[in-house]
Amino acid sequence: MPERQTFRDLIAANKRNSALLLVLMFAFFLFLGGVLGGAFLVPPDMLYEGVFMGAVMGAVCAVLFGLLGWYGGTGVLMAFHGARKIEKRDNPQLFNVVEEVAIAAGVPMPNVYIMDEAAPNAFATGTSPDSASVAVTTGLLAKLNRDELQGVIAHEIGHIRNYDIRYSMLMAMLAGGIVMLSEVMIRASFFRSNRRSSRSSGGGQVQLVLILVGVVLAILAPMLAAMIQMAMSRQREYLADASAVEFTRNPDGLAAALGKLAGDRTPMEYSKATESMFIVSPKVGLRGGADDLFSTHPPIRERIRRLAALR
Amino acid sequence: MPAVIISVAVVVVLLVLIFAVIGIYNGLVRRRKEVDNAWAQIDVQLKRRCDLIPNLLETVKGYAAHESGLFEKVTRARSAAMSARGTGEKIAAETDLGGALKGLMVQVEAYPELKANQNFLALQEELTSTENKIGFARQHYNDSATNYNTAIALFPAVIFAGIFGFRAAELWQITDAAEREVPKIKF
Repeated sequence: MPERQTFRDLIAANKRNSALLLVLMFAFFLFLGGVLGGAFLVPPDMLYEGVFMGAVMGAVCAVLFGLLGWYGGTGVLMAFHGARKIEKRDNPQLFNVVEEVAIAAGVPMPNVYIMDEAAPNAFATGTSPDSASVAVTTGLLAKLNRDELQGVIAHEIGHIRNYDIRYSMLMAMLAGGIVMLSEVMIRASFFRSNRRSSRSSGGGQVQLVLILVGVVLAILAPMLAAMIQMAMSRQREYLADASAVEFTRNPDGLAAALGKLAGDRTPMEYSKATESMFIVSPKVGLRGGADDLFSTHPPIRERIRRLAALR
Repeated sequence: MPAVIISVAVVVVLLVLIFAVIGIYNGLVRRRKEVDNAWAQIDVQLKRRCDLIPNLLETVKGYAAHESGLFEKVTRARSAAMSARGTGEKIAAETDLGGALKGLMVQVEAYPELKANQNFLALQEELTSTENKIGFARQHYNDSATNYNTAIALFPAVIFAGIFGFRAAELWQITDAAEREVPKIKF
């Protein structure tokens, strides 16, 4: 990796990676569809047609679920953990900080919420910048100074500007679609007539292999889809960090904030559905982020290192 | 048969080209609008600063009466900024006002009773935030202008950008050397 990067380089790299992950997800649909189609939809002498049909079904599924995920979100109403919407007079400094970042980002002013939680954390919601909200905990307001608070808010508004909430709903929909596709295909095998060609068929043996591969894939598919989904989530976290620098031109504020947030051991309530929305994981053990393939957030060490490289 | 295929192909290619041009044109229009929007936002924040000043001066006067020279300087700079016409004049006047305000806020450091006054603290936060917003509004304007200028310079937009009347936008530069200076605190 080059020594001196600008936030524009980071942003460009992140957008490329996101596109690659989407392509990977789509390719997975095709592959899974093809294998399962050949394995379960057709008799052994029609393998090519089966694979082709399956791949087409996979592609159609991908497009359908993708459209649903991208356009279907009717503003996910989050359980805000006792969050209250504030006006400017309730906390002028917080309100000002959000307004400043919104101006720098060129987005409309989001709604501002405060959550009564001792653990420092923040999140953003809203499928488009026109109807977005940011929320911070009372713990965060107590522990960060103005620059650090601005860094965190800039990260959240980065998520809003980059349509990340929409992205994560898209990926969730696609992952769900993969699960549905594999289940439907396997059930389909019970309904097709078991016409067996009387000729001993190399096709029969190939199909057997396909069936084996198909079953394994179908079992693994949810896990593989989740891995792609989590990889995308981590990618968008890095992108939000880079966007925060784009808005504030100050990597140190966010880096310092991340350091404070990672070190905090205050427990916090959360639900699986909202875990990925926070700036650091609400799970105490995962505050530092993790290197493994299933974590929603990348390691904080690495996030701070990338921010430092932008100085 | 071949003649039909060729004419269909030509029509398809033409349609693709037309849609591509429409797409590029709309993209340029959107960017140009964002530049105009960002420019207007700077004015909004500058006006907010002007609106804050009378209240600020009243509060400070109560504690630091003998800084009257500075008060006058700020008041005069404010009138000049509000009556300035034309972009060059406005930029110069607003830069002067920014400098006068900085000078005042630096002097205020020497008055501990003033710094303990709740009203003053609230106003100071407002002033700091407004200065930040002016800075961010300028930054966003420059970002939008750069985005737009890049878009009209890239191929293939560059071919017809001139025909459609898309001209490069000027960036906001710091022209006043004084604005670059960090204020020194005197006691």
